[in-house]
Amino acid sequence: MIEREILLEKMKISPYKPMKGKIIQARMLTDKEKFFRIELEGKINLHHTPGQFVIVSIFGFTEVPLSVCSSPTDKGYFDLTVRNVGVFTDRLHKLDKGDIVGVRGPFGKGFPVDNMFGYDILIVAGGLGIVPLRSLIRYIMYNKNDFGHVQILIGCRTPHELLFGEETKEWMKRSEIKINCTVDKGDPEWHGNIGLITTLIPGVDINPARTYAVVVGPPVMYRFVITELLKKNIPEHQIIVSLERRMRCGLGKCGHCQIEGIYVCQSGPVFNYSELRNFKGECHEKAT
Amino acid sequence: MKYAVIKKEDLNSWLRHLQKKARLYGPKKKEGHFIFRPVKDVNEITLKYIPTILPPKKYYYPQKEKLFRFKVKPFKTGKAIKAFEEYILFAVHTCDIAGIQCMDIVFREGPEDPNYLNRKDKMTIIGIECLEYCDKYASCTSMGNHEPRGGYDLMMVDLGEKFIIHINSEKGERLVRGLAYIKEADEKDMLNLEHVREAKKRVFKEEFNASLTKVYEAFDKHFASKIWQDVGKRCVACGNCTTVCPTCYCFDVLDEMGLSLNEGIRFRIWNSCQMEDFAKVAGGEDFRKGRDGRQRHRYYRKFKYPVDKFNRYFCTGCGRCTRSCMAEISLVETVNSLLAEEGV
Repeated sequence: MIEREILLEKMKISPYKPMKGKIIQARMLTDKEKFFRIELEGKINLHHTPGQFVIVSIFGFTEVPLSVCSSPTDKGYFDLTVRNVGVFTDRLHKLDKGDIVGVRGPFGKGFPVDNMFGYDILIVAGGLGIVPLRSLIRYIMYNKNDFGHVQILIGCRTPHELLFGEETKEWMKRSEIKINCTVDKGDPEWHGNIGLITTLIPGVDINPARTYAVVVGPPVMYRFVITELLKKNIPEHQIIVSLERRMRCGLGKCGHCQIEGIYVCQSGPVFNYSELRNFKGECHEKAT
Repeated sequence: MKYAVIKKEDLNSWLRHLQKKARLYGPKKKEGHFIFRPVKDVNEITLKYIPTILPPKKYYYPQKEKLFRFKVKPFKTGKAIKAFEEYILFAVHTCDIAGIQCMDIVFREGPEDPNYLNRKDKMTIIGIECLEYCDKYASCTSMGNHEPRGGYDLMMVDLGEKFIIHINSEKGERLVRGLAYIKEADEKDMLNLEHVREAKKRVFKEEFNASLTKVYEAFDKHFASKIWQDVGKRCVACGNCTTVCPTCYCFDVLDEMGLSLNEGIRFRIWNSCQMEDFAKVAGGEDFRKGRDGRQRHRYYRKFKYPVDKFNRYFCTGCGRCTRSCMAEISLVETVNSLLAEEGV
């Protein structure tokens, strides 16, 4: 794992200095989300775990944390999908193939993929939650024989906002993977489910003790989804979530991402529900 | 040599000696307050001072610190600070030394922070022990920081006509060795030191109504207490309390471009958890809404979270947050109100 050592060595010299990353692919996925494929200098692999994040720099515009949406099994590059919501992301959206960004990371704790071996997997993706989950889904696809039944529930506001539509169809072709989509508000061309993602959960057929549920979505979604999953008797430590927080350093220093005493950038962003439950009041994602 | 003595009339000679050794910072008076400043004229230094407006943290954790230089095209990063210089912090109170010890733990914890560690490496601390209270805002006795607890190279204690100096490191010893006016302390000096410490016990009394263990328990139990709403109602979210705190280290990142707009410097600048957007994410969700929640967070970062993580309280008892609060939110009062909820 020489590449990993190179990354660690760079962190030691200065954990604040980004590496050079070249955009080798860029395309709009919807009106608001753009997809980037990035190659690190020397084509070294990021060696991330699905669910980890990087901090991307544009000089003059500082830096922001972004989920990696490719699997570590995709070699030679990594992918990002970014919604245009602010000054930095607006600038990032203006970049194209051939442009350079700074990259630090990977940071944090990803999904516990090793613990999930041999289990059935229920993935619940709300809105942009599919972005970090794509990393996990691609990883599971690559190592399919290590996992049991895989079901994916995807929810978003309108059919236009559905991300990775083509890829989803490809995933669906694999008969052993069940995918179910729902939108809050349909349109004439939409023939799928209409309603919140929570409405899909009661209908899923699972063996709770043998299932890991992985949930990523907007803060408001968690508490309702987790309530439904607990009703299904999935053990708390097998309900996995990934939390979004403001972050600056990724090193457990700058203070922005703290939930009570925990630095999300170091101890998270992935947690299991039994960890979440102990928070007293600063965790909006906790089921009440 | 473990203890040395210097006559007060020789102090200025020693300070001039220190000036030659490294950049010297010391406390001086400014418009009715006190501040740490580079020492140009040794006569400006004042040893009787109440905690300075800002703790010496401004030297080892600068408000605006260069992280690296960059070039946009072609993409390049480089060192922003060529070399860190040796410096001496002179006449630091024991509360501020406790603050440095807290920062050490934070920045040494992996992933280490090279900027802080480089500055710390070049630092020499000469402390001075307080023999009387600075003012009513301090809580150093409850925090156990009214007496030296390590973390310094030299520690001076006023024995009337002279200072006795505890030599606590090789670095410190090099600054007192070979000087005609600094002598090894004799038995009488040691006895005097004991007397001074005995007398001090009669002056310094615990400011909280119960021991720290009880304070920790109160914080553990009363996260949802009404006290936080009361504090939040008064707070004006100015961020003074975190700026002046010797153990607050939250930061933000800032890029400054040169005129060509092609090269610039990335800085980190002090930030405050009391600011409205501190925990707000791009999508608009604010994970610590309200001044009550933000004030509570500040208190818990002194009395609960670091105790769980590092077994150390991050309040040094310096009293700066209370002294600088425009809304007169008092740390001692808040802690005592919390203890009152416990029936203490």
